[in-house]
This record gives sequence, C-alpha cells and structure tokens, in this order.
Amino acid sequence: MSFITRGFGGRRRSVSPPGRVPPGQYVTDDFPVLSAGPTPAVSLEEWLFTIIDTRGDETTWTWEEFDALPTETATVDIHCVTKWSKLDTTWEGVSLDTLLDGIDTTPAQHVMAHSYGGYTTNIPLGDLTGGRAWVAHIYEGQPLSPAHGGPARLLVPHLYFWKSAKWVRGLTLFEADRPGFWESYGYHNYGDPWREQRYSGD
Amino acid sequence: MEGTAVQRRLTWLIAEVVDLIEETSRVRSLVLEVTGWEGHKPGQHIDIRLTAPDGYQAQRSYSIATPSDGERITITVELVDDGEVSPYLVEEVRRGDRFEVRGPIGGYFVWEPGEGSPLQLIGGGSGIVPLMAMIRARAAVGTDEPVRLLLSARSTEDLIYRSELGALAIDADGLEVVATLTRSQPPDWSGPSRRVDREMLDETAFPAAGRPMCFVCGPTGFVETVATALVDLGHEPERIKTERFGPTGG
Amino acid sequence: MSDTHLDGNSVGGLLLEVFGREMTAAQGRCGACGAVNVFAALVVYRDAPGDVLRCPSCGSVVMVMVSLPGGVRVSFGSLSWMEIREG
Repeated sequence: MSFITRGFGGRRRSVSPPGRVPPGQYVTDDFPVLSAGPTPAVSLEEWLFTIIDTRGDETTWTWEEFDALPTETATVDIHCVTKWSKLDTTWEGVSLDTLLDGIDTTPAQHVMAHSYGGYTTNIPLGDLTGGRAWVAHIYEGQPLSPAHGGPARLLVPHLYFWKSAKWVRGLTLFEADRPGFWESYGYHNYGDPWREQRYSGD
Repeated sequence: MEGTAVQRRLTWLIAEVVDLIEETSRVRSLVLEVTGWEGHKPGQHIDIRLTAPDGYQAQRSYSIATPSDGERITITVELVDDGEVSPYLVEEVRRGDRFEVRGPIGGYFVWEPGEGSPLQLIGGGSGIVPLMAMIRARAAVGTDEPVRLLLSARSTEDLIYRSELGALAIDADGLEVVATLTRSQPPDWSGPSRRVDREMLDETAFPAAGRPMCFVCGPTGFVETVATALVDLGHEPERIKTERFGPTGG
Repeated sequence: MSDTHLDGNSVGGLLLEVFGREMTAAQGRCGACGAVNVFAALVVYRDAPGDVLRCPSCGSVVMVMVSLPGGVRVSFGSLSWMEIREG
C-alpha cells in the first residue's frame, strides 16, 4: 500500500457520466501530446498515402487527390492507454471504407499502419471498416496540427488511441498479424479500452 | 555486493520536510530529512512520488541543490504553470509533510571538488540547481579550482540563489559569476540581456584551450544551443556534460 | 523539430530500478549507426505510453521501457552492446 501524501490530489480529474468512460480512465479537457519520437515535418507537396495489398500492389493518393475525396465528420470519445479520455472530440476525414473501396483486400485479415517518422501499429482489417475508422486531417474544425499528427492521422476511436497512428502514410495488408511499435514493446495486441486491454497479457 | 545496500537504493524512502525557503516568487527550496539516506554527489537528483487518496500517483525528478550532509537533502522546485506536482511542492507543502523519494540518481552529470578543472557551469532557469550543489560542495570543502558560472534568467527577481552567489563570488576564491537577464533588466544593469549564444560563451566561458570541464543544465532547447556553441568554440564533446529539464520539472 | 525530448538523465531512476545500479554513465553502442554514447546522452521521449530512448546520432530506437503493473518491460532495439565500468 503506497504512502498517501497529505494535500496532494493530482491533476483535476472530472467525474464522468456513468457508463460513458471505460474502466480505469479519467476525463480530461486537455489534449495531451504523446510522442515516441520527434514530430516529422511533412509538406503537403510530398505527402502520400499508400495502401499495399497482400500481392504488393499499391494504391496511392497525393494530398490533392486525398483532399478531393468525400469526407465525414465524426464526433467521438478517445481513450489513451495512459488513462486519460477526451469526450466528444470532432474530426473530419476520409473513411477507411472510402479508401478501401475498389481495393481487393482478400485474403488480408490484418493491417499494419505506417507513419512518417517510423511509427507502426497493427489493427485487424475488420476493425477499420464498417464506419469505424478514418484518415483524419481536421480536428475541431481546424487543420490537424503536427503535434497531434498532422497533416493526417489514422482515427480508430474504438481502440486505445495509440492505434490511431499520427502522421499516417499508409496501410499494408497482411494475412498474418504482426505487432507494431507499442505492441512489440509490451502493449496489448488489440487494445479494447472497454475490456481494459492495455498490456500484453491482459 | 551487500544485499541491504542494494535494496535500500532500489526502494522508496520517506522524506520529511524540515524547512522551506522561498527563493523567488515562483521557486521554493524544500529541506528534507530522509531516513536511510546514504549520501550523494553534487549533480545527482532524486525522484519523488506523490500518492493521492484515491491511489493516483505522480512522479517527478528534482536535482539536489546541496552537497552531501548526512540524511539531509535540499531540492529546489520551480512552479510550472498548469503543473501537476510543482504547485503542490511550491504552494501546498508544509513543514512536517512527508513523501516518498528514491535516489540518489545519476553518475554522469556529477562533479566533486578535486575533479575536472577549470569548471565551467552554464545554467538556464532552474538548471542552476544541480550546478549550485557543485558550487556549494566546492565552498564547503574549500578547494580553489577556478569556476565560472554563466546563468540565464528572465530577470533579477528570477535569479535563484542570487544573494548567496553574490556573496560567494565576492569571497574571491576563484568563483566568477555572470548572469544574463533575458526578459527585463534593472535600470543600472550592465550585464548581458539576451539568450546565451556563441558570442556570449566566447566572451565569458573558459577558453577551449584550457580544456575546462563543462556542465550545462536547463530546458532542452537551452542545453542544445549551448552545447552546440561550445563544440563550435572548440570544446571537446567529452568535456561537455549536459542535463535537460522538461517543462514539468527536472 | 519537437522540443518534447529529454536525455538519459531523466530516466536515471527507472534505469536504476531495472538494472539495480546507476546506469547514466554506462556506455552503449547503437547498432544502426555505430555511435557510442553514454546513456545520459540518449534522446529520451517520456511523453508516451513508455520511455523511448533514441540514438542521438541517428534517431533509431535504442531501448524502450514500459512500466507494466508490477514490473517494467525493457525492450532492446538498436543497442548492440552496453558497457558498465566500476567506480
């Protein structure tokens, strides 16, 4: 049992509506910036997003092409494995359903998302479809800042937020699963906040 | 290797606050008595761990500001706007309060009297703290190796340990202090008034030819600018030791 | 260029806990670029779900430390050797 420190309360943690927030999380009004490395500097002129299927065939969008795609607005709660949750965040982006439309994804079951700067994270293909994931470039009505993953990041709010890869540059489809950055360093392979799947072994 | 000695280093000890010193309007020193403390070297730091009633814990690192003195150690904490731990340490903590500490930590950014001379110390803001432990150790032991301290602060009101440094410098035992005030200066200020740069180091630091041992401490940007400038001036990288503080305390 | 990084001094306590001794003065070689540095000189990202220690010369991930319930997982990336000296 740890030694309680008189007079210390920690950062103000809001009380959240019951059932709204996954176990072990607290609500914050901030939007903390977490990074495993330096913020990459990516110009829109050089930005590309590429989906590579299991045969190695590539589909690529330049920023202009990406920007011309239909977008959706999503208001979602986000949950970081470091225990903060932020409610009702609004994003605008291109649905993965739109991006994957026309791509033969068979026989892939798994996806590795790749980011500028080298970050990776793995997600089951089924978790990116059905309206559950976007490549988002607008946050709270403004272009997504580099600190928060701009020009564009993956947004997969039903999983812990490390899966929502900042500075995303593409997806590679695989038949077999393999762990990405945090998954290989001790975090859970899937990362469902509602089952509190933080660490491998949970 | 003695089992108990290793155990003690790895576990959290309890520190009791025995004195509080208001250094500036935003900076406070906490004098702690730590049962089981086995001593430390100038430049080392402690980790502190605070636990809220609901079990929430926060940990931060703070450099020790004083040389080894039995079970007594002093840390100097700067209030960080919107901080989580520094408001507690600077504004809430009272004499008699206790919290967990671990240490001493660090074997690289350390200096003891008699080592590496001349000694060039460069501190930005609260980066002065571990350098002060070095200066105080030298004053306590009475060695006289030449030491130059270059400090950067926003204003004279923000200069931590201002009067003590003034008194030590006047003692003329080989300690020279130069301060640069980057935001506001008193009307009679004749010192520098800009951020530390290569030119200021060229003018005020020991020349590279003398192979001083350099210790640079402060925010990351400050440390990297200064370290790069020192290398540009010809100082050997192996004779430049750096410690970067984050905005949430070092 | 992000200013959110620190150096190996900032994880000195965690390194002490993991290795059972002071490690900031220990040296390590980055297998990705060959640079040898003391742990104190590593570029450390702490604002993350773990502590990421990168080579100051090439940026590759040398080590990652993740605090798990009841322990710490240390992963070695590009670290090809480390050397600890007495004294």
